[in-house]
Amino acid sequence: MNHTRRNFLKFAGLTAAGLCVASAGSIMAAGAGATEKVSEKALKAKRWAMVIDTKKVGTKEAIDVLAKACHAAHNVPDIPGKQNVKWLWADGFEQAFDQPNNFMDESLEKRQFALLCNHCTNASCVRVCPTQATYKRPDGIVAMDYHRCIGCRYCMAACPFGARSFNFMEPRLHLDLTKLNKEFPTRMRGVVEKCNFCVELLAQGKQPACVEASAGALVFGDLSDPASEVRKVLREHYTIRRKPALGTEPSVYYII
Amino acid sequence: MLEKALKGSPKYYMWIGFLLLIILGASGVYLMQLMQGLTITGMSRDVSWGFYIAQFTYLVGLAASGVMIVLPYYFHHYKQFKDLVIFGEFMAIGAVVMCLGFIVVDIGQPQRMLNVLLYPTPNSILFWDMVVLNGYLILNVVVGWTCLECDRQHLPHPKWSKTLAYVSIIWAFSIHTVTAFLYQGLPGRHYWLTAILAARFLASAFCSGPAILLLVIMLTQKVSTFKANAEGIATLAKIITYAMCVNVFFFLLEVFTAFYSGIPGHMHSIVYLFVGVHGHHELVPFMWTAAVLGIGSLCLLIPPKLRDNMKLLPWSLAILVIATWIDKGLGLLIGGFNPNPFEQITPYWPTGKELIVSAMIYAIGALVVTILFKVATEVKEETGASQKPAASVEA
Ligand code: SF4
Ligand code: SF4
Repeated sequence: MNHTRRNFLKFAGLTAAGLCVASAGSIMAAGAGATEKVSEKALKAKRWAMVIDTKKVGTKEAIDVLAKACHAAHNVPDIPGKQNVKWLWADGFEQAFDQPNNFMDESLEKRQFALLCNHCTNASCVRVCPTQATYKRPDGIVAMDYHRCIGCRYCMAACPFGARSFNFMEPRLHLDLTKLNKEFPTRMRGVVEKCNFCVELLAQGKQPACVEASAGALVFGDLSDPASEVRKVLREHYTIRRKPALGTEPSVYYII
Repeated sequence: MLEKALKGSPKYYMWIGFLLLIILGASGVYLMQLMQGLTITGMSRDVSWGFYIAQFTYLVGLAASGVMIVLPYYFHHYKQFKDLVIFGEFMAIGAVVMCLGFIVVDIGQPQRMLNVLLYPTPNSILFWDMVVLNGYLILNVVVGWTCLECDRQHLPHPKWSKTLAYVSIIWAFSIHTVTAFLYQGLPGRHYWLTAILAARFLASAFCSGPAILLLVIMLTQKVSTFKANAEGIATLAKIITYAMCVNVFFFLLEVFTAFYSGIPGHMHSIVYLFVGVHGHHELVPFMWTAAVLGIGSLCLLIPPKLRDNMKLLPWSLAILVIATWIDKGLGLLIGGFNPNPFEQITPYWPTGKELIVSAMIYAIGALVVTILFKVATEVKEETGASQKPAASVEA
């Protein structure tokens, strides 16, 4: 996480130097150099994407395994009620895809879908954030700086996928402190959070936690590379994305 | 001039004391919110903005509405508004103060607020909203205060104050337009995603804002010797009536588009608000109250006989304010977030604590308005400017 903070200090400096009118994109690009120094093994891509084979992971139980892996890796608290925090969760076809179908085949009707932040190309959450606490990395990942977020929740209103959660209360109250992942920070109350495509693991050359836990049902890779595993699965299967009509261009694909 | 706010009748002191008491008491609850987080509110993952932001939106309308007095006065030299102009400007100051207050209490990390300035982000509408609101505050403070000071010293208003007044007229439209843009540019929130939202915001602001202002002015007349120009009041009531007609018309356009096209996304929020879906009817009684009161206010305002009846007018205005407040202060936000992105309903209702914190902000606004109006009425009394029209009322 430290390197992200360093990036921010860097572009705080840039901003102060009078570059405040420069587009967010070019500032991010300036910060990216530092990220790449982190590890030789770091996985890199022009545009990270995920393909979820819903035939292989299509039940609440199976998706809960992924959610557990994700939430444990990122110290996501388990809060009962409407003020909960979640990065990855399960929901039905109609809820996920906004396309009610009265006469669906039974297996699809019962199927559950793993939902998470889509790391949209035209991310509306990035567009609205007044502090650039939510920002787009050059590799396509929509990341967050929890130390800059002011908790205005504009991004939550802007995300059409319900991917974001706000820390209404102290998250540590709902975490098992003995089982914390020391490699990843816990958040403070009053900031927003969401799935980060495991940037911290990618930087160490590892696959995202949910992909690791999925036994091959989730494929992760570079969309811009025609030889990548994701492109191969996309070529071979019929896939859909959530709410394509809104033009946010999600990077998460679902094999139906 | 501020010293004028220090001397007053016992009733005045009691009112100030009452407001301070509310502010003090409620700030305890705000402290609790600072310590425990926004969990003390009724907001949730799905309804992530609530009562605070709704009040903010409504009050931006009040702030902008002063322009309904300032514009005819400066652009059309409508002299009957001469004595009212300062109240429009001072009301705007109070309203913007409340707007900023509601933003501060709504955000999760208020101590980091300056990040909006430290990392200016022009693609965020919230950034622009901050710019226009603060700009509007400064404009009104400078113009209002300077003109009042000049009146007191029987000096003509400086030229630059007139230029600034022109700027502030355009600016007033911008604050509510930008506030509407906060909502109407968000993909997937169908109730807000409509080009007419900004126009609807302005229309509802231009009826409800002057209505509140007129009510406060009537109150001011009761508790001070200030008498507003009767023709000015009648004209303002006419403006309110027109704006309310436009407001209702715009809403009906919304209804037509949603239901004639039959597109579910466009209909859902309206159906949820007025009929209820999935067994959730939380807002239905409120929305119908708003509808009935809205039409009722028009019935009382459109016929000139009823509108010019000064005994009836406060009541007509009051029900108009209630109707527009329900529409914008409750329905807009809750209907915008419901159905949520998963086509489900997550009911929202403000908690008692949320209402107490809101009362704190309203009390702060009332305090600012009281003090400013006190100063303004004292100056008007001193210069005698307001006494003459009073005679014509009785005549
Ligand atoms: S899914 Fe939502 S939170 Fe994630 S990038 Fe897209 S708009 Fe942003
Ligand atoms: S809540 Fe935080 S991340 Fe979201 S828009 Fe506000 S500052 Fe940005």
